[in-house]
Amino acid sequence: MLRPAFARNRYRGKLIIVEGIDGSGKSTQLSLLSQWLRSQGVAVAFSEWNSSPLVRETTRRGKKKEMFTATTFSLIHATDFADRMERYILPMLKAGAVVCADRYAYTAFARDVVRGVGRRWVQNLYRFAIRPNLAFYFRVPLEVALGRILGGRDAIKFYEAGMDLGLSRNIVESFRLFQGRILEEYEAMAAAMGFHVIDATAPIETQQREMREVVLRELGESLNSAVLRTAEAPIHAA
Amino acid sequence: MPLKPPLSFYGDPLPNIETSELQGKLFVIEGPDAVGRSTQVERLRAWLEQQGHAVLDTGMARSALAGRGIQQAKEGHTFGAVTMTLFYATDFADRLENEIVPALRAGFVVLTDRYIYSLMARAIARGEDRRWIEHVAGFALVPHAVYYLRAEVKHLISRVVTGRGQFDYWESGMDAGLSRDMYESFVKYQTRLVRALDSMSRKYDFTVIDASRPPDAIFQDLKRYITALFRRVRRPAPRGQAS
Repeated sequence: MLRPAFARNRYRGKLIIVEGIDGSGKSTQLSLLSQWLRSQGVAVAFSEWNSSPLVRETTRRGKKKEMFTATTFSLIHATDFADRMERYILPMLKAGAVVCADRYAYTAFARDVVRGVGRRWVQNLYRFAIRPNLAFYFRVPLEVALGRILGGRDAIKFYEAGMDLGLSRNIVESFRLFQGRILEEYEAMAAAMGFHVIDATAPIETQQREMREVVLRELGESLNSAVLRTAEAPIHAA
Repeated sequence: MPLKPPLSFYGDPLPNIETSELQGKLFVIEGPDAVGRSTQVERLRAWLEQQGHAVLDTGMARSALAGRGIQQAKEGHTFGAVTMTLFYATDFADRLENEIVPALRAGFVVLTDRYIYSLMARAIARGEDRRWIEHVAGFALVPHAVYYLRAEVKHLISRVVTGRGQFDYWESGMDAGLSRDMYESFVKYQTRLVRALDSMSRKYDFTVIDASRPPDAIFQDLKRYITALFRRVRRPAPRGQAS
């Protein structure tokens, strides 16, 4: 699989993203990382998947009324992503902030392909995205992730479970099969996309320590010089 | 362009569509803003129905899924160029899958006010990458005919002034930052649009119609072309002759 032709990040700010199936613990880790960076006096901006105020209503209505096809589902999420990119992520990067994104174009690459959309088509769709400086992939066995999700949460929703694919009439079974296929896609792209793979079954503290080590190693210099700071103290391991 | 099923897609096909089942005809009316497309679509619709065809007419930002969202974004003047392009692409995909394809399957004549060409032209006019948007738009069906109502920008200006009586923010491409003046912006933006559409003429096999003439003359041309198209279907060209 070829690495997609994202535009290089040539701005002062840095882009750190996390990927993984639901229940991989990526959001928790990103949150801890953001807090740590902020505590070190780095200006941090946060963006999560499916959150554009401009597009949210349309996505919500489409999901509720089950109006989506594989193509329109893919396109509306790309629209949401484009809005966040153009009006938030890019300006923040230009201003020198570290942008932490929970999910990125790779979510679409994995999920939309499982829905039946063309691989090259969806990779081209996201060509306007900026290449992340760091992409963390939280690797977790399917059953572990499912246990976390199915254990203590609200009911799984139609598209979340991939019910539109007709994998199973049972929503839990559908969710399992759907997430399983997404997991395969992530695994297949991990090397080509340059993911830093984190063992998501390790203790939370261990995972976080590893993330911070990677950040210091890869971005330490920029964090101390180019990036926008809210305080003057140099970055150090917490 | 020969008129025969099955229809094809420009790029990778949409999943789950059997094009050999699509017996209807897909006609596209393209052209810049203020050139008089909707007038022609209305007339064509009435004429086609009189001829006994079932007609669906469809246009931009009218999808059940994305129409409202686009409207709200426009009112708020809060559209980035890529976001706008993709929101319209979503709208187009929704109409294609949920309105156009079912209508074609049912044997309707589908009259589309604008198609992927305007979508691409608007993106290109805003500086987006041509090959990017062409690839995105690859899921569109190849129409049976594309009628490009072509007019110079000075003609469009005259229509805006004498017709509608005011310049519109979006039609003037004000979001593209070409000028702070609505008139100047209109001229620059529409010039880019026309140029972009012109450059697509050959590749996408447009039938170019001089739209600087009165609506009646344009309508007569459209009727002539469409009649000839239908005639070619009923009586295919004998062997040895070009169709």
